[in-house]
Amino acid sequence: MLYREAGQFKTSYAADQSLFPIAQDKWGVVLLLAVALFAVPFMASEYMLSSILIPFLVFSLAAIGLNILTGYCGQLSLGTGGFMACGAFFAYKLTTAFPEVHIVVVFLLSGFGTALVGILFGIPSLRIKGFYLAVATLAAQFFLIWVFNKFGWWTNYSPSGVISAPPREVVPGVVVTGASGTPEAKYVFLLVFVAILALLAKNLVRSRIGRSWMAIRDMDIAAEIIGIRPMFAKLSAFAVSSFFIGIAGALWAFCYTGSVEALAFEINRSFQVLFMIIIGGLGSIMGSFMGAAFIVLLPLVLNNGMLWIDPTISVALVAHIEFMIFGALIVFFLIVEPHGLARLWQLAKEKLRLWPFPY
Amino acid sequence: MPDASQTAASDEQAAAEAPARRFAETLLEVQNITLRFGGVKALTDISFDIKKGEIRAIIGPNGAGKSSMLNVINGFYTPQEGTISFKGKLRKAMRPHEAAKNGIARTFQNIALFKGMSTLDNIMTGRLLKMKSNLLLQALYWGPNLREETEHRAFCERIIDFLEIQAIRKTPVGKLPYGLQKRVELARALAMEPELLLLDEPMAGMNVEEKEDMCRFILDVNEEFGTTIALIEHDMGVVMDISDRVVVLDYGRKLADGTPDEVRGNQAVIDAYLGVSH
Repeated sequence: MLYREAGQFKTSYAADQSLFPIAQDKWGVVLLLAVALFAVPFMASEYMLSSILIPFLVFSLAAIGLNILTGYCGQLSLGTGGFMACGAFFAYKLTTAFPEVHIVVVFLLSGFGTALVGILFGIPSLRIKGFYLAVATLAAQFFLIWVFNKFGWWTNYSPSGVISAPPREVVPGVVVTGASGTPEAKYVFLLVFVAILALLAKNLVRSRIGRSWMAIRDMDIAAEIIGIRPMFAKLSAFAVSSFFIGIAGALWAFCYTGSVEALAFEINRSFQVLFMIIIGGLGSIMGSFMGAAFIVLLPLVLNNGMLWIDPTISVALVAHIEFMIFGALIVFFLIVEPHGLARLWQLAKEKLRLWPFPY
Repeated sequence: MPDASQTAASDEQAAAEAPARRFAETLLEVQNITLRFGGVKALTDISFDIKKGEIRAIIGPNGAGKSSMLNVINGFYTPQEGTISFKGKLRKAMRPHEAAKNGIARTFQNIALFKGMSTLDNIMTGRLLKMKSNLLLQALYWGPNLREETEHRAFCERIIDFLEIQAIRKTPVGKLPYGLQKRVELARALAMEPELLLLDEPMAGMNVEEKEDMCRFILDVNEEFGTTIALIEHDMGVVMDISDRVVVLDYGRKLADGTPDEVRGNQAVIDAYLGVSH
C-alpha cells in the first residue's frame, strides 16, 4: 500500500526520464544511502566493515564495469581479473612515482589507463562474437597477469612480487589506503566514490551511448542500419567497462587488502565477477550491486550459519558444505530467474504496487 | 472468383478518378547492377530510378532478388557491377551506417527490433545520429545532454502519436504482438527522418485490419513528411493501390517497370506470376 505511484503525475519529459520516476524509489534510495553513510560506520564492527562491506563495494564497482560490457553491450569477457590487475598496478606505479598527486586523481588516471588496455584487447570483438570472444579475452587475462608477474618494474622490484599500498589521504588527516587507514574512513570513502561512479554508469546506460550498446547487443545488423558504427560502440563499451573495472582493481589493492600480488587477480576473480552479474542481472546497474552482495555475503552467511548450528564442526567440512550449497543455490537461481535478482526485485515491486489486491 | 474481379474493377475506377502523380526530381538511380554470390547471380543488370516523393514498389515471385536489391541500396551487399547514385552522388559501395547518415532508413522482412529495449528506447535509437553530446555530458546527464534527450524524446513522442502506439511506449518490444512490432519498426525508421524509406514486406503476416492500418500509415508518411518510399510487398491489391510506380523482378532480372496499370497488363509479368504453358 505504501508503494503506489497514484497521484504522481509527470508534466514534462525531463521528469519522466528522471533517474527515479517514482517518488518512493527516490526516497528509498536516499534513505538507504543516508543510513549507509551516517549510521553504519558507527554501528558496524571492524570485521563487518573490512571483511564484508568494503569488499562488497569494490566488487559492486567491478560488476558494474563488467555489466556494461557483457550485460549492456553483449560482449562476453573473461578478462575482468586482468583489467583489475591493470588498475591496481597502474595506481601503484602512479602514486609511488608522484606521491603528491591526490589519490582520487590517481585512481581515475589508472582507470583511464585500463580503458586504453581494454580498447586494445577489445579489438578482436570487431571480428568474433560470443564464446570465441570470451576465449580471446582469456588471452588478455593470462597475458596481463604474466606481465605484472614477470617484470619487477611494476612492483618497484619488490622481491616477493607483492605491492603494499602506501598511505594516502583523501582529505587532510584522513588516510584511506594501505594498512594505516581505519576501516571506517575506508568504508565512507569507498561508499561515496562507488556511489558517484555508479551514478555516472547509470547515466551512461540511459543515454545515447547506452542505447547504442544495447542495440549492438540485441541486433547488430539493425544497429548498423540506423547508423551505429559497430566498431565505435564495441570499443567504447570495452573502454568504459575497463575504466570501472580498473578503478575497482585499484580500490581492491589500496582500500580492501592493502597489499596485493598479481595472482590475486587470477582467472577465479574474473569468474567471480561474471557470476555476480549473471546472478544479479545482466543489463542492470542495480543488479550489479545485488549480485555482488549475493556472492560476498552468501558464503559468510552459510559459514556462520553452520557454525551456529554445530560449533564443533570442522573447518574443512564447513568449507566443503559451503561450496556445495553455494553451487546448488546458483543453479537454483539461474533456473528460477535467469534474468537475475534485479528482475526478481522488479517483479516484487510490481506485485507491491497492487498489494493487497490481486490485480 | 468474383472478389478479385470486383477489386480489379474498383482499382480501375480509383485510377481513373485520381490522376497519376508526377514526379520530376530523381532521388535514387541504380544502373546496371549485377550481384553475384559465388556462381549464383542474384541480380543481373538491373536499372531503375526512384523519384523524389513517390511510392515505388518492387515486386516479384519468391527468390526474384527483391530483398537483395534493397540490401544493395542499403549498403549491406556490394554489387560486383553497376553504380548507384543517391541525391546526385554516384557511388559503387557504401557501408550501412553511411547510408543511414545520408538519409536511407529501412525495415526488415523478419522484424529486426532491439528486443531487450522498450518501444520508446527503440525509437530513440533512431535519433542516435542526430544526437551530439559527448561521453562526459552523457555520464553527467546534465545541461546540454538533458536538453538533448528531452528534445529528441519530444520528437519521438510525435511519431508515437502519429503511429498510435502511445500505450506501449514503455513495454519491452519482445513482449509485443507481431503487428505492433512491425509498427514499432516503422516508427524507429521514421525517427531517423529519412529521405528514402525502404520497407521490406511491411505487411507480411498481417490480417486485413492491420494491413489497412499499415497502408494508411505508409500513405500518411508519404504525404505528411514527403518521404520517398520504396517497398517490397506480395499483396498485389496493396501494391496496385498505394504505389505510384512498380518495378517487377524475376530470377534477378527486371521484367517490367511502370505504373501499376502498365505492369498489370504486361505479358511477361503475367507469365512470371501465373506460369506459361509449354
